[in-house]
Amino acid sequence: MFGLDKKDSTLLLIVALLTMLAPFIFNPFPTDSGLAQFNAGYPDLMQRFVIFGIFAIGFNILFGLTGYLSFGHAAFLGVGSYSAVWMFKLLSMNIVPAILLSVVIAGLFALVIGFVSLRRTGIYFSILTLAFAQMSFALAYSVLTPLTNGETGLQLTLDDPRILGSSATADGSIPVTNLFGLEMRSAYDLVIGPWSFTFSAGYYVCAIVMLLSFYLAIRIFRSPFGMMLRAIKSNQQRLNYTGLNPKPYTLAAFVISGMYAGLAGGLMAAMDPLAGAERMQWTASGEVVLMTILGGAGTLIGPVLGAGAIKYMENIFSKINDNVLHGWFAFLPDGIEDAIVFIIHPFVGKGWHLTLGIIFMLVVTFLPGGLVEGGQRIARLFNRKKADDPKSASTEPAE
Amino acid sequence: MGILEVKDVGKRFGGLKALSDVNLSVAENTCHAIIGPNGAGKSTLLNCLVGKLIPDTGSVMFQGQSVLGRSPHEINQMGISRVFQTPEIFGDLTVFENMMIPLFAKRDGAYRLHAIESVMNEKSLIEEAEKMLEEVNMLDKRHMHSASMSRGDKRRLEMAMCLVQSPKLLLLDEPTAGMARADTNNTIDLLKQIKDERDITIAIIEHDMHVVFSLADRITVLAQGTPLVEDAPENIKGHPKVQEAYLGEAH
Amino acid sequence: MDAILLQILNGLDKGSAYALIALGLTLIFGTLGVVNFAHGALFMIGAFCSVTLQRILNISYETIDPTKTDFLGNPAKIKTPYVESWFGPEMGSSIIEWSVPLAILFAIPIMIGIGFIMERGLIKHFYKRPHADQILVTFGLAIVLQEVIKYYFGANPIQTPAPDALEGVAQLTSTIVYPIWRIVYFCFALVIIGAVFAFLQFTTFGMVVRAGMADRETVGLLGIDIDKRFTFMFGLAAAVAGLAGVMYGPINAPNYHMGMDFLVLSFVVVVVGGMGSLPGAVAAGFLLGILESFASMKEVITIVPGINQIIIYLVAIVILLTRPRGLMGRKGVME
Repeated sequence: MFGLDKKDSTLLLIVALLTMLAPFIFNPFPTDSGLAQFNAGYPDLMQRFVIFGIFAIGFNILFGLTGYLSFGHAAFLGVGSYSAVWMFKLLSMNIVPAILLSVVIAGLFALVIGFVSLRRTGIYFSILTLAFAQMSFALAYSVLTPLTNGETGLQLTLDDPRILGSSATADGSIPVTNLFGLEMRSAYDLVIGPWSFTFSAGYYVCAIVMLLSFYLAIRIFRSPFGMMLRAIKSNQQRLNYTGLNPKPYTLAAFVISGMYAGLAGGLMAAMDPLAGAERMQWTASGEVVLMTILGGAGTLIGPVLGAGAIKYMENIFSKINDNVLHGWFAFLPDGIEDAIVFIIHPFVGKGWHLTLGIIFMLVVTFLPGGLVEGGQRIARLFNRKKADDPKSASTEPAE
Repeated sequence: MGILEVKDVGKRFGGLKALSDVNLSVAENTCHAIIGPNGAGKSTLLNCLVGKLIPDTGSVMFQGQSVLGRSPHEINQMGISRVFQTPEIFGDLTVFENMMIPLFAKRDGAYRLHAIESVMNEKSLIEEAEKMLEEVNMLDKRHMHSASMSRGDKRRLEMAMCLVQSPKLLLLDEPTAGMARADTNNTIDLLKQIKDERDITIAIIEHDMHVVFSLADRITVLAQGTPLVEDAPENIKGHPKVQEAYLGEAH
Repeated sequence: MDAILLQILNGLDKGSAYALIALGLTLIFGTLGVVNFAHGALFMIGAFCSVTLQRILNISYETIDPTKTDFLGNPAKIKTPYVESWFGPEMGSSIIEWSVPLAILFAIPIMIGIGFIMERGLIKHFYKRPHADQILVTFGLAIVLQEVIKYYFGANPIQTPAPDALEGVAQLTSTIVYPIWRIVYFCFALVIIGAVFAFLQFTTFGMVVRAGMADRETVGLLGIDIDKRFTFMFGLAAAVAGLAGVMYGPINAPNYHMGMDFLVLSFVVVVVGGMGSLPGAVAAGFLLGILESFASMKEVITIVPGINQIIIYLVAIVILLTRPRGLMGRKGVME
């Protein structure tokens, strides 16, 4: 299907089904039940799943394939967001030109930063990318205020020209982002018994873009270019002596992953038309590293899983407070209930970053292949026979 | 005029004179061995040929073109392939993928962005890779993770990767170092077969006299950075200067 | 002239902090070959050692003073710290007042302990893993440490004032006044740096460590148990970072993310100084601190706006591209 082999087509199909049915899948609990807080099927969160999925897929093309660890990828996301918002301000509220511009600008930005940073490898490369990203962050906050609106962040106003659209709607408010008239904010609520499902136009736009990005990533992974990138990670010396120049390959990977980041940034702005410098901070770059590693660097599905897992945890874990905990453990005797709540308390609510840090350390230490490796190990436990089959033991990059 | 001409090459590392006045001519379609005791400058010389080091003086010409100042990948594209002392392969890739990379390099040059088409659609290259793997008896291992293979297999894979590019000159850096006798003999047989069946020039750096005398058409003895003697193998064996240079060495 | 001197002085306190953190980072990198992203967290923990000591010293009991009433008419409660009742009110209150310098003694054993636990419990298992893994796991650890501190001490900065005697400003020349505590901090940093260098230079232990930094394998072959010494070095590096944090409290009130803020810059400092070079780390620390201070001069900012924000990164990029080994880096280290 679409030039993919059977295994990859199946994978793409599964991901497509999951994303298309996400409003159902993430809302398994009736709206009024006590478990409704674990529902993640509201548009805002689902949009973040897929947008960060795109970001991580792109990051993985660089880090997963070539092994170059960039600590500055958030800069491209931020640049993408700014470009998109500028498009909304100057041209029109249609998201297509905005997203195109964010991809192009992020790509150009990545070309420059990559060209310089890739002259070094290893930790030096990481530090260089970090330095560039921090520089962009600092500049966005200070000198570039005319472009970025500094600390407040770049927002739409009623005085924006929007030459192909209108500065303000008939009732005098700022127009909303749309795709040829389809408003990103529009949503349809489906109520079945106690359940309620929201289908948002914005989410489906993001999801389709994510599927396209995922499809493109599969093509890249299976192409000669993808193989070269893995060869760079494996043995640069041999690659050199085989008559290949690793530099343009790594630069291409860097630019492609920067464009993915720009796409994610553009989509973010398309869903909510504002852009702030904090999107470029190095902790934001760290976040995409966490997502990719947690899911499984170098695998196809890993980054998507990692992005979903982290964003889900961020939203759900951080909502669990003491009241919720007491509610859960109310069936226990008071003393034990309080003790359990006391123990869990630091890890949830505002402390969810602590949980994230611990999980991340455990993953890096014991499961370097991330969730995908974990899944494979479990599958192997249950299915020894299949593991003996020489074909599945072959080491094509795992799905 | 040989395929590879080394003229007056000298190289210093700080105060240490690693090579001086090296002159060497490797004739086409022969096997030329460079031997010498430890520290004679053999590896330095080899590194000067492949672009890893740039000599301070002299010139290195390959088929009438200078290789000096070119990077390793450019030199490979000119037709020189190198086999390392410890096999250098792409450990994270399968044997088959290891074979595909040199084929792409040969067809597409040092860089070409093929980011969309699948590797699996390159039918003619796949055929070529499989043919080469068959030649070195590794076709059954084509799906193996190459890092998990034995050292002997890695060596054969590395040679296959070099040969599949049909280089004009194959440089071998102590290809049997650290190998068991049986493996060494296998490697000798493989090299003999390569030499007989292909239009290829081989330059080999070797410590093991058994390997050298089974393969070489011509031998250069290097000592303290300068060529001592260059002659046919039968004349090298009893040469007094050579024995002097190797005095105290095990061989 | 005075303006230049003032900028140099202004750069020294930040430069001192950079130098101390970079020194520890380099010790760890040079001896253990580990890139420690949790080093900033150690700096932050040091600062919170002093917060903790301050809180311990302020543990009080309440007495009721029947002669006074509060605004509701109830008898006023008076809090008296235990130290004041033990050592007398005068001695006691000056102990509390001097809590930051006293925290040095308090922090040293704690930081060395934390260093030991970190090395034995986590870092040890990552010696043979790729640098990327080391970066990632220590990055995770940094998040954890930061969150733990945030949980116990909250997200807001906590003041740790300097003793009154060191609080004010000193009249250095007729036109230059300069906060005394910053001078103290600089001198303190010099003492620590001097002590570390003397320790490495003049003790046999230090000799072995230096030899190990130059060539780990050979020293291992000599039959010296290098690992134990390296564990100690990790403790030492942790202590240096911790002390830098303790004393930095009065300059900038400790908060949970100060470690991360300094870490990024300290890495840049290490790279500029040259990976694995101790003098390089110290020199680059001061150099960049001073450069940053010059770049924030009004005259400079009007010519090149925003330069103060990016000068360090800019220098790092230029240095990395022109002198990949940094100012004083040795050959063969992480190339």
